[in-house]
Amino acid sequence: MNFLSLDTIHHTYFSPKTATNALSNISLHVNEGEFISFIGPSGCGKTTLLSIIAGLIRPTEGSVLLHGKPVSSERNQMGYMLQQDYLFPWKTIEENIFLGLKIMENLTEEKKREASDLLEEFGLSGVAASYPRELSGGMRQRVALIRTLITEPKILLLDEPFSALDYQTKLKLEDLIFSTLKSLNKTAVLVTHDIGEAIAMSDRIILFASKPGRVHKMFEVPLELKALKPFTVRNHAAYPPFFQSIWKELENLESANP
Amino acid sequence: MSQLTLKQKHAEYIQSLKKEQRWVWFYQALIFLIFFSLWEISSRNGWIDPLIFSSPSKIWALFLDKAADGSLLANLSVTLGETILGFILGTLLGTLLAALLWWSSFLSRVLDPYLVILNAMPKVALGPILIVGLGPGFTSIIAMGTIISVIITTIVVYTSFKEVDPNYLKVMMTFGAKRGQMFKEVVLPSSFPTIISTLKVNVGLSWVGVIVGEFLVSAKGLGYMIIYGFQVFNFTLVMLSLLVIAVFATIMYKVVEQLEKKWIKS
Repeated sequence: MNFLSLDTIHHTYFSPKTATNALSNISLHVNEGEFISFIGPSGCGKTTLLSIIAGLIRPTEGSVLLHGKPVSSERNQMGYMLQQDYLFPWKTIEENIFLGLKIMENLTEEKKREASDLLEEFGLSGVAASYPRELSGGMRQRVALIRTLITEPKILLLDEPFSALDYQTKLKLEDLIFSTLKSLNKTAVLVTHDIGEAIAMSDRIILFASKPGRVHKMFEVPLELKALKPFTVRNHAAYPPFFQSIWKELENLESANP
Repeated sequence: MSQLTLKQKHAEYIQSLKKEQRWVWFYQALIFLIFFSLWEISSRNGWIDPLIFSSPSKIWALFLDKAADGSLLANLSVTLGETILGFILGTLLGTLLAALLWWSSFLSRVLDPYLVILNAMPKVALGPILIVGLGPGFTSIIAMGTIISVIITTIVVYTSFKEVDPNYLKVMMTFGAKRGQMFKEVVLPSSFPTIISTLKVNVGLSWVGVIVGEFLVSAKGLGYMIIYGFQVFNFTLVMLSLLVIAVFATIMYKVVEQLEKKWIKS
């Protein structure tokens, strides 16, 4: 059985005057531990699809199954990270991290220890009592990652989590997330418009076309790049040609559909 | 620049700030003195009618008199108690109502025109109805102090509840939070600054409500002192009440401001 499967998903946004077809006929399967990326021109519905996978939006048609069961049937199987950290400014770092556990009524001593271990591992020791505004953007995004991971989601959904960071911080965070997810054997879906980032982090890249959003092409990341850390991937000899092939495909897509 | 001159420059800068502050205080005190001396002088020389405008010295004498026989304190504590109660009730009920509207967007759509009407309505005009309904006394006055602030609090706080960044709610939803949890952990704390600033507005409104309420019914309180002074043509008493109200309304406002500083910081 597939780990995560999307079965003929259609989604339409309704307003009193219009019915906009956001997604059309999307079917795909993701294996456990796999890292896949959604790329495509803006307005291709990749964020909508992510929200559907997260169970935040119910698709107009079709279903999302995790272990063969609909995602909306169970609570908290998905960890979701957004463009910005969205740490709650009125809570301390510690309270922010414990929030998910508190809601799930799973705030045990063991979990608290795990959280402080993670803080240390991510180079954030000593900030537990601070407020988010006292931390840099990169630190805050790392806290947001801990807040998500500590609830042990089955799948991590990343909605351009690096886009608001400066380049150096972004590269470091990519490496951190990559190695953390690999060591935990977590499945992840990343939405991005950065081709390099998609190649560096993923096992598989799905290119979407827009109006309506649909799967245009799937790329399997070359085997020699898959196992490497994102930073190393960018310096590998196989990286530029693979980048070029995706780039061309994206260009074709945009010239065919201006 | 050497460390020493830098320190010196900084000290000079601090000096200049302090100097300006002293000038501000000086002019503030000057306005105060000029106002009260002019008042006193014009009253004594008959430039203004001393029977209507009284004079600071007469007010002060009456103040000492009323403070000594305890009647001022008794009236003040009645009004102050009513105002604080009306203010707290107005803010709490308003926030509660806002929470209800947030909970059910259907309800908020249904109630929308009624809120608009109630908000536009001059609440003090309801005074006679309140007195007939609740009896001429304490309850009516509290109701007046409450009713005057509750609708505007509801509208302002509800607007702030609605303006919470939806991404914060998205984070909560991915944790599987229920609506109550979202309210407690996100919506309420993020609207805290708005609630505090409505407190500041409500301080003023509650004073209006309570004083008008006392005009209408009471046999006690500062509002009563004003109306009584007016009826027996003792304008020194009216002026004294006004000054006491000014002082205590300011104190209450400052207390709320201090609370704001304390809560917003954390």
